[in-house]
Amino acid sequence: MSPRTTRVVLAVGAPVLALVMAFVITSLVLLAAGDSVADVWAQILSVPGHRAIVNIINAATVYYLSAIAVAIGFRMNLFNIGVDGQYRVASFAAAVVAGEGWLPGYLNTLLAVVAAVLVGAMWAGIAGLLRVTRGVSEVISTIMLNAIATALVAYLLRKVAVDDGGNNTATKQVPEGSRVPGIQIFDDVTVKVYGFVFLAALVGFVYWFVLSKTRFGFDLRATGRSETAAVASGISVKKMIVVSMLLSGGAAGLVGLPLLFGNDYSYGSTFQSGLGFAGIAIALLGRNHPIGIALGALLFAFLDEQSNSLQIVVGVSPDIVKITQGVIVLTVVIAYEVVRRYRVRLEQRQVAAALDEPATIEEAKA
Amino acid sequence: MSDSVTAPPGEVVVRLRDIGKTFPGVVANHDVNIDVRRGTVHAVVGENGAGKSTLMKILYGVQKPDSGTIEIGGEQVNLSSPADAIAAGVGMVFQHFMLADNLTVLENVVLGAEKLHGIGDGARRRVLELAGTYGLEVDPDVLVEELGVGARQRVEILKVLYRGAKVIILDEPTAVLVPQEVDELFDNLRELKAEGLAVLFISHKLDEVLSVADEVTVVRRGTTVDTVPAGSVTSRQLAEMMVGSELPSPATETSTVTDVVVLDVQDLTLYAPGSERRLLDGIDLTIHRGEILGIAGVEGNGQAELVEAIMGMRPGVTGRVTLGGDDLTGRSTRERREAGIGYVPEDRHRHGLLLDAPLWENRVLGHQTRRPVVKGPLVDRAGARTDTQRIVEEYDVRTPGIDTLARALSGGNQQKLIVGREMSGDPVLLIAAHPTRGVDVGAQAAIWGHIKRARRDGLAVLLISADLDELIGLSDTISVLLRGRLVRSFDPEHVTPEDLGSAMTGAAEGDNR
Repeated sequence: MSPRTTRVVLAVGAPVLALVMAFVITSLVLLAAGDSVADVWAQILSVPGHRAIVNIINAATVYYLSAIAVAIGFRMNLFNIGVDGQYRVASFAAAVVAGEGWLPGYLNTLLAVVAAVLVGAMWAGIAGLLRVTRGVSEVISTIMLNAIATALVAYLLRKVAVDDGGNNTATKQVPEGSRVPGIQIFDDVTVKVYGFVFLAALVGFVYWFVLSKTRFGFDLRATGRSETAAVASGISVKKMIVVSMLLSGGAAGLVGLPLLFGNDYSYGSTFQSGLGFAGIAIALLGRNHPIGIALGALLFAFLDEQSNSLQIVVGVSPDIVKITQGVIVLTVVIAYEVVRRYRVRLEQRQVAAALDEPATIEEAKA
Repeated sequence: MSDSVTAPPGEVVVRLRDIGKTFPGVVANHDVNIDVRRGTVHAVVGENGAGKSTLMKILYGVQKPDSGTIEIGGEQVNLSSPADAIAAGVGMVFQHFMLADNLTVLENVVLGAEKLHGIGDGARRRVLELAGTYGLEVDPDVLVEELGVGARQRVEILKVLYRGAKVIILDEPTAVLVPQEVDELFDNLRELKAEGLAVLFISHKLDEVLSVADEVTVVRRGTTVDTVPAGSVTSRQLAEMMVGSELPSPATETSTVTDVVVLDVQDLTLYAPGSERRLLDGIDLTIHRGEILGIAGVEGNGQAELVEAIMGMRPGVTGRVTLGGDDLTGRSTRERREAGIGYVPEDRHRHGLLLDAPLWENRVLGHQTRRPVVKGPLVDRAGARTDTQRIVEEYDVRTPGIDTLARALSGGNQQKLIVGREMSGDPVLLIAAHPTRGVDVGAQAAIWGHIKRARRDGLAVLLISADLDELIGLSDTISVLLRGRLVRSFDPEHVTPEDLGSAMTGAAEGDNR
C-alpha cells in the first residue's frame, strides 16, 4: 500500500469503525431493554421517502453551519460550547431586524444576515475577551453565556412580541419579499429544500479556503497545534484567540437563519434549540474537515428523521437514536486517537526504514 | 522493607557501579560509580546536562539503567519504579514540590501512604515524632497553601521520612530558597545525617556544596570524574573538575569579525513577574558582522530570558535592542523576524516545531509573511514545498519525504530542519540557543558546520550553550551570564577552564559571597 492509500484508508476506516461500534452498543441497549433490535434497525436504516429526504437535507444544513462554527474554535484549540447561545441571540436579532423591514426585499434579508453575524460574533467575543484579559476559560464563559442568552432572549421577546392570536410568543413575521424561497426537488411532496442550503455550502467553502490556503488560516492552525511555537514564530496569540472567537461566533450567528427565512419566518418560543450542542458532536465526527462535517451532519439528520416514526411503527421511543448519536461521539474520539497513534508509529517506522536503506548501501560499498 | 538499610555509621549504603543509560542517539550516563556512606551528606555536582538528573532518576527507579548495578544496604536491587525505590528505603525530594495546596501538612504527608499508620491519631503521632527527631518544624494542621517555600520543602522531606527512607535525594533543593531558608535547610540536613541517614544533595552551587557536604562527587559528560572529601577542595578546584581541564583548542578558522555592528543591546532589564527580582540586569552586548558571541553560564542564570527578550517574546523588558541600526525596541516578534533574525530555540518541541504538521508546513512557521512560502495573503504551497525540499537536501535532513510529520523525525533531523529554516530568508542575525542539545554526534558536527558557515557568510551569531566545547570551538568572544548579568568576557583562544568555571559558578574573587 502506498503511503497515500494508507492515509486514505485510515481516514475513512476510523469513522466507519466508530459507527459500527456505536450501532453495536445501541443494539445492546435495545437488547437489555427487551426491544426488538432487528425491527428498530430495519426502520432506521430503511430507504427514506421523498419527504424524509428533503427534511434530512434541511436539518443537515442547519447542523452543518453549527458544526462549522464549532470547528473554527476547535482548529484553534478553543472549545466554543457557546454556539447554542450565540445562534439563539443572533437569530433573535435577525428576526427583529428582518421583521421591521427597514429595507425592501432581499436588502432586508442581507441586513438581517449581517446583524446575525455581528451579534453572534459579539456574543462569542465576550468569551474571547475574558480569556485574553482575565484568563477565564472559554469553556466556562461560553456555558455561562448560553444561560444568559436564554434569559436575555426570553426577556427581550416579551418586549417585541406581537400578538398573533395564538399561544406562540414571537417576533414580527419576516415580510414576504424578504423570505428565501425553497427549492422544489421532488414534485410529489410539498416540502422544499431551504434556499439557504447554498449559504451553508458557501460557508463550508470559505472555511476550507481560509484555513487551508491563507496565511491567516496557517496562523490559526499553528496556534491550535502549539501555542508556544506560535509565539516563537511571531503570532500574537491573544489576537488570534479574539479573532477566532469572533469568527466562530459569526458563523454561529448563521445557524438559525435557514429556519428563520425558510420555515418559521419569525423568532418565537418554539424556535428550534439545542443545535449548538449537536454541532459539537458533528464537528468531532467530521474531524473539523468541511466534507467530513457535511457527512456527519447528514448522518445526524438522517438518524433524527428516520427515528421519528419509531414510536408508531415499532413502539420504541425515538430517543434511542439520541443514545446512538451520543455513543458515536465517544467511539469517534476513541477511534481517531487510536488511528492517530498508529499513524505516528507508522511514520516513525517509515522514517527509520528510510534512514536504514542508504546506510546499508554505504556499508555494502565499504 | 526499610530495615534493609541498617548499616553501621560510615558504612556504604548506596553503591552504584558502572551505571550506563542511553537514550536514542544520546548517551546520558556511562561508567557511573558512586558510594554514599551512612550518616553523611554526599553532594553530586556537575554542569546542567552533565547527567546528574538521569542518574538520580535511575536511583529513584524512574528510569532503568541499561547496564551496571545498584546496591542498597549491601543488597543488589532492581528498581523498576519509585515504589521499588521507596520500599528499598530511597526517597526523593524534587525541585518542584508535589504537594496538594488545599490539604493540610498531615494530610499531604499521609497521602498515598495510608497503609503505614492509618490516617488518624497513629499517623499524627508518627508525623510529630519524625518532626521532633529530625528538627523539622511544621504544624501538621495548617494548610499547605499557607506555607512558605522553606516550610513546603520540610513537608516534602517529612513525606519521604514517613515512608521510611534511609537515603534521601534532594534535587537542587536550594534553587528555590532565599539565603535564610538555605541555612535552615542545611541545619535540617545536619540533623538527618546525625540520625544516621544518608543524604544525596544535587547542586551546582559550589559554595553551598562545600558548606554542607562531607563528600563531593563530580559528574561531567555523563560520567563520574572523581569523589573527594569536601574538606580537601576549594570551589575553584571543583569548578575546574566540573568543566574539565582538557578543553579543545578553538577552531583555527581565520577571524571573520568585521567592525560593522549588527546587533546592539543596551541596558536590557527584565523583572520576574510580580517581584523585584531581576532576571536580566542591565545587559549590554554588541555583535558584529561575521562574529559569533558565545554566552556561557550555568543554566537558569538568564539565558532563556535573554533570548526571549531579544526576540520580543517577553513582556515588560526595558532597554534598547537595535539590529543593523534599526531600532527594534517595542516591536513584535514577527517584526523582529522580518527584520532579519533567525531563531533556533532552546526547546525545539515547544518553540521550534508543529510536531503534528508535515515538514513543509513547518517550513512556513516563523516565515508566515515572507517569500517563498507565502504569496500575498495566501500560503504558497508549491513554493513552501520546493523550499522544504531544498532544506532537506542542503541540510541533510534524513526523512522519507516532506509530507512526513515533524514528530516522526529524530531530534537531530528536526534540529537540522530548524537550522535550515532559520537560515532561510537571508537573516542578518542568528540566535542559536543550545543548538546541539540532545542531538546525535553526526547532526552535532553538521550543525556546527552550518553555524561556522553562517559566520563566514557575514551573519552575526548569538550562541547560547551549556557545552563548553561548543562555545570555545565556535565563538569569537565568550561572555559569562551569572544571575542575569554579563559578568566577564573571555577570548576563547586564551581562556582557561578555571577562569570560565569560576566566572560561571560565581566562585571568582569579588563575587565570592
